[in-house]
Amino acid sequence: MIKLLLEVYYAQIKTSLAVQFQYRASMVIWMIGRVVQPLVFLVVWTTVARTRGGEVNGYDEGGFAAYFIMQMIVSQATFSWIMWEYDYIIRSGQFNFKLLRPIHPIHADVADNLAYKILSLVILLPVAVLLAWLFPPTFHPQRWSLTAGVLAIGLAFVVRFTIEWTLAMSALWTGRVNAITQIYDVFLIFMSGFFAPLAVMPQAVQVVANFLPFRWLIAFPIELTLGRLTPQAALWGFSMQAFWLLVALTTLTFVWRAGLKQYSAVGS
Amino acid sequence: MSEPVIYLEQLSKTYLVPERDAGVMAAARSLVRRRQREIKAVDQVSFAVEAGEIVGFLGPNGAGKTTTLKMLAGLLHPTSGSGRVLGYEPWQRKRDFLKVITLVMGQRNQLNWDIPASDSFELNRVIYRVPLEQYRQTLNELTELLELGPLLNKPVRNLSLGERMKCEIAAALLHRPRVLFLDEPTIGLDVTAQRRIREFIREYNQRHNATILLTSHYMADVEALCQRVVVIHHGRILFDGPLTDLVTRFSPHKTIVIDLEHSVASPNYALFGEVMSQTDGRVTLRVPKAETAKVAGRLLAELPVSDLTIEDPPIEEVIEQVFAQEAAL
Repeated sequence: MIKLLLEVYYAQIKTSLAVQFQYRASMVIWMIGRVVQPLVFLVVWTTVARTRGGEVNGYDEGGFAAYFIMQMIVSQATFSWIMWEYDYIIRSGQFNFKLLRPIHPIHADVADNLAYKILSLVILLPVAVLLAWLFPPTFHPQRWSLTAGVLAIGLAFVVRFTIEWTLAMSALWTGRVNAITQIYDVFLIFMSGFFAPLAVMPQAVQVVANFLPFRWLIAFPIELTLGRLTPQAALWGFSMQAFWLLVALTTLTFVWRAGLKQYSAVGS
Repeated sequence: MSEPVIYLEQLSKTYLVPERDAGVMAAARSLVRRRQREIKAVDQVSFAVEAGEIVGFLGPNGAGKTTTLKMLAGLLHPTSGSGRVLGYEPWQRKRDFLKVITLVMGQRNQLNWDIPASDSFELNRVIYRVPLEQYRQTLNELTELLELGPLLNKPVRNLSLGERMKCEIAAALLHRPRVLFLDEPTIGLDVTAQRRIREFIREYNQRHNATILLTSHYMADVEALCQRVVVIHHGRILFDGPLTDLVTRFSPHKTIVIDLEHSVASPNYALFGEVMSQTDGRVTLRVPKAETAKVAGRLLAELPVSDLTIEDPPIEEVIEQVFAQEAAL
């Protein structure tokens, strides 16, 4: 069963790569956008640190640099465009073809996303090195935290994808997901550590963030990789990731079943 | 007798459609109070199809054909009623069920535009778990029957509509489905391409004893392929039986075409029947079926006829008749 699934993933990734190679220019443009965003945050926050006498809540200039370079990598690794895409997939009737295949449609979407990640890594890693040269980062990783960090990024991707795919399925009811996507993005930006390390955010945000999945998707893998977490905090983070994965998968199963009953197969 | 391959009983599908008047004010009002209307797309439809049959599923736009096909292919849950395809309840979407059916939608494409069809075929092979040997054999067969050879390695967006449709059909059949739902498979194609696809469907049906339910607005497709037709209108079945019966039952007329040896000083053809057309030396008349023989006899006796043929009216006309009668009820 797993072997067959891996074969499907391999074939699907190969196909997706072939498709994405057709759109190299547009991919570079997208990537520039995804690099500029953390770069802006980086410049802003290092300036803040400098004017505040060198440090804000445990982050100095080098600390911010390390945080946002890592943020760029983690958000790229976990990001998906699936919520933006499903409106179109359903309205254009493409969803029908996904449904006809004797395999759950989520697999093709995951593989498609992975293919994009593989390609974008080629651009992203040199950029990260360049940024590290321009803004020297300070961080104190340990061997265990680096290894655990990679695992945390992987899990964050799985959790985030499951959540976003489930939300995308609301298109089966409404035919439009964009409003939901907007709200979701606001939460993601401010509650996840995307906009700034949670330690420098207001106390209220930090408290609320603990009850939401977002910080475990961005802030946790970043802090873990940079060696800012104790082993206990790391274990707690993994538990929270596992908890949210369970919640997301359960919701997905439910939403999927209910959504298919609801689906009216629009688009001819 | 064995169980029919496709079997549906009292199958219904009702859509809830939001409804509002045109205009900005109406749009604003609908934000506060939403009106919804129930539309019965398919209304208590029952029929069965035996293994190896090709059945034409006919009806005007919006009659419920596509909705029915989508339910049978497992894309839609019915509102009520029951159905079975190869013993499976389609909307349970069992993997083994999806592996033995296919749905071709003439107006939609599953093939990726940016890559050659052969790449998409390969992906389908893995997804449908077709053994390599069988895949090669099927692909060869499809390549031969549909003349795909030169098309397979071009990006799909560079193919003409007809070429693309051939590739779409091939992609939908690589796993050798036993049941085919074909929704307007020849729409928009030129006559040659239509004929090729038609021939191919027949060939596939004979080679694999596949069961086929087909919708088409081209009566040539239906006449060439379907012994039996099911006519649906406003979600209800109006007729289910042999194509020939449809003509006998719904068309109370026949068409008589006569060629005249030499022009006659304009006789009043209306005395023989309804004049459909009249050109130099050739007259087409529509006469009540019961009087066909009598009128033909009179024509031969009274006019210098060199040739006379009696025909059933074109199937399009009969279908129109069916819908007209339903509307009158």
